[in-house]
Amino acid sequence: MEPSLTRYIWRHTRKQQIWILAIVLLSMIPYFMSFNLPKLIVNGPIQGKGFEQPGATLPFMRLHYDLPFIGEVQFFSGFQLDRTATLLALSIVFLLLVVINGLFKLYINTYKGRLGERMLRRIRFDLIDRVLRFPPIYFKRVKSAEVATMVKDEVEPLGGFIGDAFLQPVLLGGQALTAMLFIMVQNVWLGMIAVVIVVIQIVLIPRMRRRLLVLGRQRQLTARALSGRVGEIVDGIGAVHVHDTSNYERADIAARLGLIFKIRFDLYQWKFMVKFLNNFLAQLTPFLFYMIGGYLVIAGRLDVGQLVAVIGAYKDLPGPMKELIDWDQDRQDVQVKYQQVVEQFSVEDIIAPSIGALTIDDPGRMTNPLSAVGLSIADDGGAMLLNRISMQVRPGETVALVSTSTGGAEALAEAFARLNWPESGKVASGADDLLELPEAVTGRRMSYASSDVFLFQASLRDNLLYGLKHAPLTSVTYEGAAADKQRWNIDEARRSGNPDFDIHSDWIDYVSAGATGPHDLFEAVRRVLDAVLLSRDILDLGLRSSADLTRHTKLAGRIVELRAALRTRLEQEGLRELVVPFEPGAYNTEATIGQNLLFGAAAGPELADKALAANPYFASVLKQAGLDRTLYEMGMEIAEQAIELFADLPPDHQFFQQLAFMSAEEIPAYETLLQRLKNRPYEAVSEADRAMIITLSFAYIEPRHRFGLLTDELMGKIVAARNQFYENLPPQLQNAIERYDPDKYIAAATVMDNVLFGRVGTNHPDAPDRIRSIVYDILDELGLYAELLDVGLDFNVGAGGRRLTGGQRQKLDVARALLKRPDFLILNRPLSALDQRIQDKVLRNVLEEARRDGHSPAIVWVVTSPAMAMMFDRVIVFDSGQLVEDGTHETLLAGNGIFKELLS
Amino acid sequence: MLLKDEVGMLQRVPLFSGIEPAKLKLLAFTSDRVNYSAGEILFRQGDEGDAAYVILSGKADILVDSDSGPIKVAELLPNSIVGEIAILCNSSRTATVRAATSLEVLRIRKDHFLRLMKEFPEMTIEMVRVLADRLSHTTADLIDARNA
Repeated sequence: MEPSLTRYIWRHTRKQQIWILAIVLLSMIPYFMSFNLPKLIVNGPIQGKGFEQPGATLPFMRLHYDLPFIGEVQFFSGFQLDRTATLLALSIVFLLLVVINGLFKLYINTYKGRLGERMLRRIRFDLIDRVLRFPPIYFKRVKSAEVATMVKDEVEPLGGFIGDAFLQPVLLGGQALTAMLFIMVQNVWLGMIAVVIVVIQIVLIPRMRRRLLVLGRQRQLTARALSGRVGEIVDGIGAVHVHDTSNYERADIAARLGLIFKIRFDLYQWKFMVKFLNNFLAQLTPFLFYMIGGYLVIAGRLDVGQLVAVIGAYKDLPGPMKELIDWDQDRQDVQVKYQQVVEQFSVEDIIAPSIGALTIDDPGRMTNPLSAVGLSIADDGGAMLLNRISMQVRPGETVALVSTSTGGAEALAEAFARLNWPESGKVASGADDLLELPEAVTGRRMSYASSDVFLFQASLRDNLLYGLKHAPLTSVTYEGAAADKQRWNIDEARRSGNPDFDIHSDWIDYVSAGATGPHDLFEAVRRVLDAVLLSRDILDLGLRSSADLTRHTKLAGRIVELRAALRTRLEQEGLRELVVPFEPGAYNTEATIGQNLLFGAAAGPELADKALAANPYFASVLKQAGLDRTLYEMGMEIAEQAIELFADLPPDHQFFQQLAFMSAEEIPAYETLLQRLKNRPYEAVSEADRAMIITLSFAYIEPRHRFGLLTDELMGKIVAARNQFYENLPPQLQNAIERYDPDKYIAAATVMDNVLFGRVGTNHPDAPDRIRSIVYDILDELGLYAELLDVGLDFNVGAGGRRLTGGQRQKLDVARALLKRPDFLILNRPLSALDQRIQDKVLRNVLEEARRDGHSPAIVWVVTSPAMAMMFDRVIVFDSGQLVEDGTHETLLAGNGIFKELLS
Repeated sequence: MLLKDEVGMLQRVPLFSGIEPAKLKLLAFTSDRVNYSAGEILFRQGDEGDAAYVILSGKADILVDSDSGPIKVAELLPNSIVGEIAILCNSSRTATVRAATSLEVLRIRKDHFLRLMKEFPEMTIEMVRVLADRLSHTTADLIDARNA
């Protein structure tokens, strides 16, 4: 990028800057005309100059010019108008000029704004484009949050400045110069005084502002460092708590904020100091005018009229001067910001744009062997991880890299993946340096997975398919308004130097996954998930989440069949009492009273949780059913019991997990409420208090809580209230609840709840596990296994994939690498979070899956345990950055080398 | 069976007899009531110990694996506690417990149990007494076995 902001702006907006300048100059004509017009109106029609005779007329809009040599030329003789008509005509012209000036202003401001925003978009894109091309080593040194602030906040002020970059100095300079010239014409000496003061201003003020710039730069750097630290605290929050260092962090942040405060306060002080001086100088000139000019008048060397004119003209000078100086300040300020950012983004060895160029066509297979030639790799501190290694991996060969703890096999795998650049030597594919191959080849024909997994905050599916999204493969056709919008998008993107790749296109490269389109991709996905033993985890996630019914129609369509199959199976295995099913006409003893009353899943906030008891319609139903009082009394009983049990416990006591009615924080509130309401008749209790108490009863489950509060009569009343509730359900609540219906899928509930359609009894400790395995069996029998897997794939993995376990993340990474069906599969201790038994199993599966359908990729696997090497064609052993052994498993075992030592 | 009945039962368990009823109620409330039918296994020898059990009603057998299959070494009657050793020693289960009749138990989770011991020294002392008692019995049995 250009080191100078001015040059950067000029390079990209030259034409627009000239255009807007021309428009501004053009706008000056009506602007100055509107200055002259009031004089014409007052002198002419109002004071009657030229209309002395009654009925006199004057020409209006006469166009005539005095041309040299030719004399006066008249183009248009004008309309003859009388006094009133002239007043009207001139006033209308005045109005017209107001409108024209306004429109010019609107156009100019809009144009400048758009220009600035486009440039801002361009700068931000350029910066991120560079981030995408930084060499890997750079990322070991920067904090992501700092890069983010630079792109987001630090370049933001540039947008506002860009429109004024060239316009403002020309305009204001012109104005200031005109005023200056006017003073000079009146009196040279007074003019000289004004010039001297202006020169002092121009020289002194920017000099003083230099300190402002230094402070501004410090402010920028400290703020950036602060956001880096905040990002670090968020990412490392676990470490902070584990080591009780939160106060250390507090101290660090407080110190940083203190520093930032000091810088900002200095900045303010200095800024106002400069302002004061600037104003003082501006006011000093009139003082000199009065004194010196007055003296000159007294001495008779200047007449009063001139002095007044000079002082009048001087009024127009400080305005533009001040703005000009402000503009200069802005310029320096954004220049500093720009430089600061550009410095950070100017890195050596940046990856050439051609390496990452968009390639739509399939680049063809990598048929050349992958080799390391005299390869040395150093870590950031300069220590050698690999020392002049030469080796070759032939296509189709499976190689285990076995390494002692300082062996360096991991560095080799990273070098193959281009994540670690050689210190000397090179990695080559055939004769080509791997670093010079486009990513379109290495990113599609090679795969890499390691123990250090990064997942994006998106669904499992998106993360899994991420490795296939190389290029927009379909062109989407837009119609109507969408087409216009798309045209606008493309046009704007081009004007800001952004690419116009369509994010809504289908980016998934189905062919490389061995599929032909979206319909059969799932098969490939399922195979790789099975291979890495992740399917079961995803099924569990699927069971626990609610399915998106627009996508998973099969599940909803066959829910009745599923529920029936579950009942039959439970019956067959004699496990009937494990699940108490929901039946429209019966009370479910294992469900809460609230669930029994509502008999449905809340689909909106109106009837969910704590809002239920306070809902006016629901309260009226309870009243009609004669339940309000009973439930209130029950709530009081529960409150008493709960407070008796828990009041003495500290709020963080683990027993509170067992208290379903209220949270530890609510206990004191309920304690006072209970004291207030005790012995007060039900009728005297306010609605809000009633709701507070009744809510407690909604969480009650007799077999679990065992307070002995539920009678058969009460159960009957609750079921009756349930029916009443649905009979008169007001329209605004229709969408707030989905009634439990044995024949219908409940969209707001989880898949598991839908299949169970009942509650698991509390009296059976291992019931959930048993039921889950039965549910899987049934789903498999009914051919819905794939559907459930698909529901699980909707699961959002959270920031950095943190909602998954370390092992799950690693499995997903391997699955993603496998899905691409590469020619070279590089796996760098990919399953280190799993135990050895699972690792062995996944290893076997992966080797098999990679070679399915006659595919034969080369596989390079940095193994965590030397015993795993048995599964490979070839074993290469590294020790202290050297390749020490290379051969088949048998030959290495026969020799008495390090490998044998490692194995024992 | 209601919470207050369970408290009555717990009071009859020697281990808990020194604890005031309010605390026993808390213990009962925070524990799970679990039913087993005859023949079902509460836990197996070698499993990790995650809970102790108080028998509320019914009987259970304590079985120990041997070369000739499981041998019944003792019987559990209502009001007895079982499974506390694995919790205290962080070891695996030393025996299998199987319901002999249909069985109702109170399952006290490990972390709850340890918390209780910390908070109620009288319970801990009682616990030590019971364990010491068992140890002396075991020692006596061992001497008998040696002499025989």
